Amino acid sequence: MNVAQQLQETDRNKLSKDFWNAVTDSLPIMLGVVPFGITYGVMGIAIGLTLWEILLMSLLVFAGAAQFVTISMLGAGITSFGVIVFTTLLVNLRHLIMGASLAPRMIKEPMWLQGILTFGLTDEAYVLVINKIQKSGYSVSYHLGATLALYVVWAAATLVGATFTNYIPDPLEWGLDFAIPATFLVMLIPRLKDFVSCIVFFVAALVSIAGVLYLPGKWYIILACIIASVIGGLIERNGNNAQ
Amino acid sequence: MRSEILLIIIGMAVVTYSTRVGSLVLFRFTGIPSWLEVWLKHVPTAILTALIIPALILPKGAIDLSLNNHYLLAGLTTGLTAFLSRNVLASIGLGLLVMLSLRWFGF
Repeated sequence: MNVAQQLQETDRNKLSKDFWNAVTDSLPIMLGVVPFGITYGVMGIAIGLTLWEILLMSLLVFAGAAQFVTISMLGAGITSFGVIVFTTLLVNLRHLIMGASLAPRMIKEPMWLQGILTFGLTDEAYVLVINKIQKSGYSVSYHLGATLALYVVWAAATLVGATFTNYIPDPLEWGLDFAIPATFLVMLIPRLKDFVSCIVFFVAALVSIAGVLYLPGKWYIILACIIASVIGGLIERNGNNAQ
Repeated sequence: MRSEILLIIIGMAVVTYSTRVGSLVLFRFTGIPSWLEVWLKHVPTAILTALIIPALILPKGAIDLSLNNHYLLAGLTTGLTAFLSRNVLASIGLGLLVMLSLRWFGF
């Protein structure tokens, strides 16, 4: 057994510590996820879905934005399988980039774990994991902890919304949804410590603003990500060549 | 449960999963190309920015740089606190405090 293998030896304490750290780290994000889950449940009932249909969508699809879009379409009388599924695909295309971003770390893990972790690859889980990578490196148990915590909370919030529909005044008016961008912001700021990262930030900010104004759905994330990160890569390569 | 709704849910689940697992499946066959790694390096910062900035500057879909934009004011509070203190809980907590005060008490 070589050193690398010894380092990879299961240290149960560390695994469980990483898992629970992930759950703790996801708490502020959950504060923001819960109002969305509740609203999704309330809207689902309002447009005539049953509790089980609403919950099953959260359990099988687990993609907030796509679920909201689907509920809106069903509510507007658009019930075509093709239209809804294709729209879901477009809304979720951004996950291809997040998957590519995490692939170098995940690809060494067992297949079944990759299967579970990719199933739960939401924006929130991605952000938690890249933050952990930046601070102290990738940990698969951290990844699993973040994924499971978000999954359980999303399903539970959905259930609460769909069950107590009549008792809940519009949860997105509470202001708690701000917890999501707030948490992301706290994770972004330590990344802006060099020139290239600041350029990536400014380009992504401008493109995403323009994208929200002029593009449908979630294309603003895809476009901002591709343009900003390509520019970042180019600047870095030119800088290295010049040295 | 109605079968047409069930079918839609299954269809959504299949395409969503394919977007999430797609890159890993592809890389399993091709390996991760080295030119891609330079690009992937900046993806986290770019995605974080694209998730945050529109939520703060266009919370309702139109640019709003006024004092009525609670998300922007609370976001500036969180951002500044994070920059100065590097304290996660203080940054999120102060931002939320600003957000909830504006929302519920209207200061």
